[in-house]
Amino acid sequence: MKTNAYRHRNLTPAASALLAVALLAAGACGKHTPIPPPPAAPTGGGTTTPGIATPTTGSPTATLTAEPSRIERGQSANLVWSTTNANDVTINNGIGTVTASGRQSISPIDTTTYTLTANGPNGGTTATATLTITTPPPPTIPPVTRPSSPMGTLESRVQSDLKDAFFDYDAVNIREDARVALLADADALKRIFMDFPSATINVEGHCDERGSAEYNLGLGDRRASSARDLLVQLGVPAAKLRTISYGKERPQCTEADETCYQKNRRAHFSAGQ
Amino acid sequence: MKRQTLICVVAAAALSAAVLVAQDIQAWITGAGGKPALAVVDFRGGSPQMMAAFNSTLYNDLQNSALFDMRPKSMFPLGNPQTPADLRPEDAGGGYALKDWAGAPVNASHLVFGYAGVTNGVLALYGDVYDTRQQNAQSAQLLAKTYAGSPDEAGAIHVAHEFANDIIQKFGGTGSLLNSRIYYSSTRGTAVRYGTEIWVMDWDGNNQKQLTHLGGTADYPTISPDGSRLAVTFWPPVGRPRIEMISTDTGRTIPFYNQDASLNAAATFAPDGMRIFYSSSASGTAQIYAAGIDGRGFTRITNTHGNPSEPKVNPKNPDALLFVDGSPNEQIYRMNAEGAGIERITNGEGEASNPSWNPDGQHVAFAWTRGYQTGDFNVFVIDIGAPQNYVQLTHSEGKNEHPVWAPDGKHLVFDSTRSGHSQIYTMVALGTQVKQLTTEGINKYPVWGVK
Repeated sequence: MKTNAYRHRNLTPAASALLAVALLAAGACGKHTPIPPPPAAPTGGGTTTPGIATPTTGSPTATLTAEPSRIERGQSANLVWSTTNANDVTINNGIGTVTASGRQSISPIDTTTYTLTANGPNGGTTATATLTITTPPPPTIPPVTRPSSPMGTLESRVQSDLKDAFFDYDAVNIREDARVALLADADALKRIFMDFPSATINVEGHCDERGSAEYNLGLGDRRASSARDLLVQLGVPAAKLRTISYGKERPQCTEADETCYQKNRRAHFSAGQ
Repeated sequence: MKRQTLICVVAAAALSAAVLVAQDIQAWITGAGGKPALAVVDFRGGSPQMMAAFNSTLYNDLQNSALFDMRPKSMFPLGNPQTPADLRPEDAGGGYALKDWAGAPVNASHLVFGYAGVTNGVLALYGDVYDTRQQNAQSAQLLAKTYAGSPDEAGAIHVAHEFANDIIQKFGGTGSLLNSRIYYSSTRGTAVRYGTEIWVMDWDGNNQKQLTHLGGTADYPTISPDGSRLAVTFWPPVGRPRIEMISTDTGRTIPFYNQDASLNAAATFAPDGMRIFYSSSASGTAQIYAAGIDGRGFTRITNTHGNPSEPKVNPKNPDALLFVDGSPNEQIYRMNAEGAGIERITNGEGEASNPSWNPDGQHVAFAWTRGYQTGDFNVFVIDIGAPQNYVQLTHSEGKNEHPVWAPDGKHLVFDSTRSGHSQIYTMVALGTQVKQLTTEGINKYPVWGVK
């Protein structure tokens, strides 16, 4: 009963943190406003057309540039334009009527070609500018670091490549964080066994200092077996893994607090013989 | 109002039940009808060093037995008899009449006296015990015996232990602490990381010495009823835990068959010394097995999901076992020698472990976290006939675990972190006369053998 209450206390903050992250992510997504539909294409767009009479003389001219012309999705660029001899200047893609010259910040989701249409008394003209949107590289899961040059000793590889899987108090089930650790460990183990074909690896089960020593032996044994079973499911050869329970006899810290208790409730790897 | 009254009545009933049990156990420890009141005079005759060792050993043994009310020496008369011939009933007042000791201020029921002398390289000790309330010297004499030892401090300690043991036997002490020894796991004497070896000491903490040289981690010793062998859980520096059988005479291993399993551990002996019970993961998870003393002929007797461990056989009934199981939390259970009839003994609170049978087969000492934080164990005692009532002997000075009864059924040895690292302590099973026996290194998992 006590044990269960403890477990729940432990899980609740983690669960609510996950929930908070999920909500934040959802909120952020919601803020991406859909691109408004493009305005109706101006008639006769693309070529110089006769305009309405104004005090200006001469044919209209127009320039339009995107500065810079290439950005990553999510960043913004400036659209910069200038015109002469025009009294009606519009830019498509939702910008609409603008002044004769100007600058506006834009942040389209995909690559977009903007068209400026300038009409004056002596006709019309257009100018275009394309803003190229690049996709940022996806966040990469850092690969398990392989030793740079020679492959190192088996002991050094086990120490650097294999991460502990941690457990709840008096529990042997694989937590989510332990599953993530063991997924990476499975890959690392396969590489280690490629480099050291005759090696065996010990999967050690450890416990915190609470509970009786003798009872913790059985608990440590089951923790090692839980970790071993998942690794075997993930394709690590069972014959290469050897479980050992150390109970609470080999702690990596001895402080009487939960931080230390958690460090000691683990499946740990060591080089076999 | 009615409900409150009812609660009060129930609480008072529970309290008085607990007090009653405490009194029962007190009476059982000390004997009914009060303790004999002993006046133990200082013996003379050998060298000052020898006699100091003799007098303190004799006094401590008698005091530690918890059988006696030891009368303070400051109350004693100026003189005292050294031999029965010194008794002069007609000369009351100077200490040579028994009634000088029976009356105030000494108020002793018994007088312990005698003397020592070294002749021909042998220490001879003449010890007498007289009932002070008897006027006739013949009927007053309870014990008169001669002891021999080497003419040095060790010899003086030896004869003191023997004399004390005879006195304890005379007053109905069950079993004896004389020659009994305590075995334990110590970090002393090992160069292996996390290494421990089994050490042994006299029951009073003297003569501490390393028994094994296994070169790994040697924990959880248990001892055979005759004191001839230990079952130890042993890890090599890298490797799985297995059972090693150790001779207490030589400290060397005796062949033992371990099953092919990730775990073989925490073995204990049946009362006949011919069978053992232990935990093994041979069938997957840890379960309790029974086997011959050599590990052969094993059979699994449990099939639970709670890492069953610490099987302990009732010394008076080979078919009654206690063990610890952890589903959902560590508690003490009983079963028969075939693993049937499982029934929980402790009430489900906290974690309960380390059961130890009293030689009487009736009382059980164990470690329990009841009333404290997870992991903060204290030593408790129950009567197996009424396990719902318990007496708490330690009170959260550090963690107090692994209580094991002495052969006299009155003392307990246990490990405690009250002084920092775990050390070995003894106490009378009333929680009194607590003595720290070890100070160097880290010392755990004590067990009390008859030799």
